[in-house]
Amino acid sequence: MTSDSLETRAAERMSSILTSRIGMMLVAVAALLALPALVAVFNVPSVVGLATQMLIYAIAAISLNLVLGYGGMVTFGHAAFFGLGGYTVGILYQHFADNSAFLGLVPGSDSLLIAIAAAMLVSAIGAAVIGSLSLRTSGVPFIMITLAFAQMVFFLFVSLKAYGGDDGLMMRRRDVMPFFNARGDTNYYYLCLVAAACWFVLTACIVRSRFGFVLSGLRQNERRMAAIGVAPYRYRLVAFVIAGAGAGLAGALMANYLRFVSPDMMHWTKSGELMMMVILGGAGTLAGPLLGAAAMVLLETLLAAQTENWQLYMGCILLAIVMLTRGGLATLFSRLSGIRS
Amino acid sequence: MIVLEQLLNGVQFGITLFLMSAGLTLIFGIMGVINLAHGSLYMIGAYAAALVAAHIGSVGLALLGGIAAAAVSGIVIEFIVVRRLYERDHLDQVLATFALILIINQGASMLFGRQPLFVSMPAALSGSVTLLPGLAYPVYRLAVIVLGLSVAAGLFLLIHYTRVGMLVRAGATHRQMVRALGVNVGRLYTVVFGLGALLAGLAGVIAGPITAVQVGMGEQILILAFVVVVIGGLGSVRGAFFGALAAGLVDTMSRAFLQMLFRHLMGGSNADALASGMSSISIYLLMAFVLLVRPHGLLAGKT
Repeated sequence: MTSDSLETRAAERMSSILTSRIGMMLVAVAALLALPALVAVFNVPSVVGLATQMLIYAIAAISLNLVLGYGGMVTFGHAAFFGLGGYTVGILYQHFADNSAFLGLVPGSDSLLIAIAAAMLVSAIGAAVIGSLSLRTSGVPFIMITLAFAQMVFFLFVSLKAYGGDDGLMMRRRDVMPFFNARGDTNYYYLCLVAAACWFVLTACIVRSRFGFVLSGLRQNERRMAAIGVAPYRYRLVAFVIAGAGAGLAGALMANYLRFVSPDMMHWTKSGELMMMVILGGAGTLAGPLLGAAAMVLLETLLAAQTENWQLYMGCILLAIVMLTRGGLATLFSRLSGIRS
Repeated sequence: MIVLEQLLNGVQFGITLFLMSAGLTLIFGIMGVINLAHGSLYMIGAYAAALVAAHIGSVGLALLGGIAAAAVSGIVIEFIVVRRLYERDHLDQVLATFALILIINQGASMLFGRQPLFVSMPAALSGSVTLLPGLAYPVYRLAVIVLGLSVAAGLFLLIHYTRVGMLVRAGATHRQMVRALGVNVGRLYTVVFGLGALLAGLAGVIAGPITAVQVGMGEQILILAFVVVVIGGLGSVRGAFFGALAAGLVDTMSRAFLQMLFRHLMGGSNADALASGMSSISIYLLMAFVLLVRPHGLLAGKT
């Protein structure tokens, strides 16, 4: 075989991969857009809520994947930023409701845009503080330290009696937006869809940028990157902060969706669930966390509807997946559809 | 006197933490496995001891039953799950053992219900002794301290003066070499995992009469044990010992005295809220401080 025909074959293969990828993405986007209409046709209204939760968890999982999958930093405290984002929304709403100010300085708000921006900012600051300390270590100490810091944030909110403590914080209504009624469930679904899409595209841009390549390079061979002249700590910290902001966004959306926040949002098992979503879907792939979040939410809902002891079955399924597959659902999907990345 | 009493309580809590973190350290240091299900072994030990004590009534048998149940469960877990994870990365280990927690916790609540079991103090240890004039201290807690210190001493002798200990130390630093010298590394790992499980089970057994035996009890102490491991330095059993004592003392002392301190400084309700918050995170603050000064922990072994 001549090298010429090899090249054409390779080019053909590349283009077929690209078209089938774009095709799959278009189908997925169309399905997501049409979901509320389909739900109305088949008369299964609970599916909209389920899909909303999937999208919200997908944002958190995508952001976790940036540090975990691309950066190789196994953080076990990502739920802390999810919870911080949620609490920012809840606390702002409470101060709005009783017309007081946070620490006597910051007035409350029921504006969704302000609440989301504040949530992302607070989570990013939290991630900067925790990350700057935790990233002094790596490997297993890093896993344990992020877990311990998340636990610290968890206990902080459990002991904050002014904001509900153990019982959490209720929001009477969802936050409002100019020109858009975010209070309806279908509208809120579309809002979350847009947010998830934005975060997905942003992440895709980040991982394909110079920054993203450096991050992946640090995962693969830190010493070599250091020899090129890259300072690992700074890159990792920036990635950690971006991931924190993403979890904050997800937390803010979840607080608005449930109209409730509680320390459960930042319990360490939530961090474990987020990690499961990433690994289930495929760490270090773009679509993986989306698939993983969808699969996890679906699995939980289905199992919980079947039996009170759903955690047992959940555990068995997760164990089987970790033990038997490598690369998660994304690899499985592309293997099934004949696409290899 | 109350200071002395709280100091002893801190030591007693520290010793429970040490038993947990020594197991974690051994398993991680030697096999490179991060085992989140370690807390479940603690819970298994506590449940088994509580059940034996309730049905047979013998303290000695309860102790034996608890540690035997934990050790056997540990060996079974190693055989079925952990064995397949040695060559995989830490992420897979974290996730697989996280799944084990879900399974074991749900299994325990299916078998024994969600209600906590209460274990009565063994009669022989239920009184208190006067250590100093004006300081009466519960015998049980003293017994825990003595038992824990002797286990620590035994562990020290085992690691430094026996053949198994030599292999354990060698396996921690030069795994390939130990394998090349013809040691059955698989069996060594099983033994070490079983030993770690046994220590966790022992911690669970002795914690039974002090705290309630319930589903999820393992996870709270697991995370504290992680903190201890980080404070002490990963892979160092000696570090785990000092880290555990420091953590136990800081936790107990801040719970006992912070409230008083803050009440001197500010109003009552504010002081109470702040003190309860501060005392539940004091141990994590200690960890953050240690990390700032020494990123690899107080007595770092292999990293």
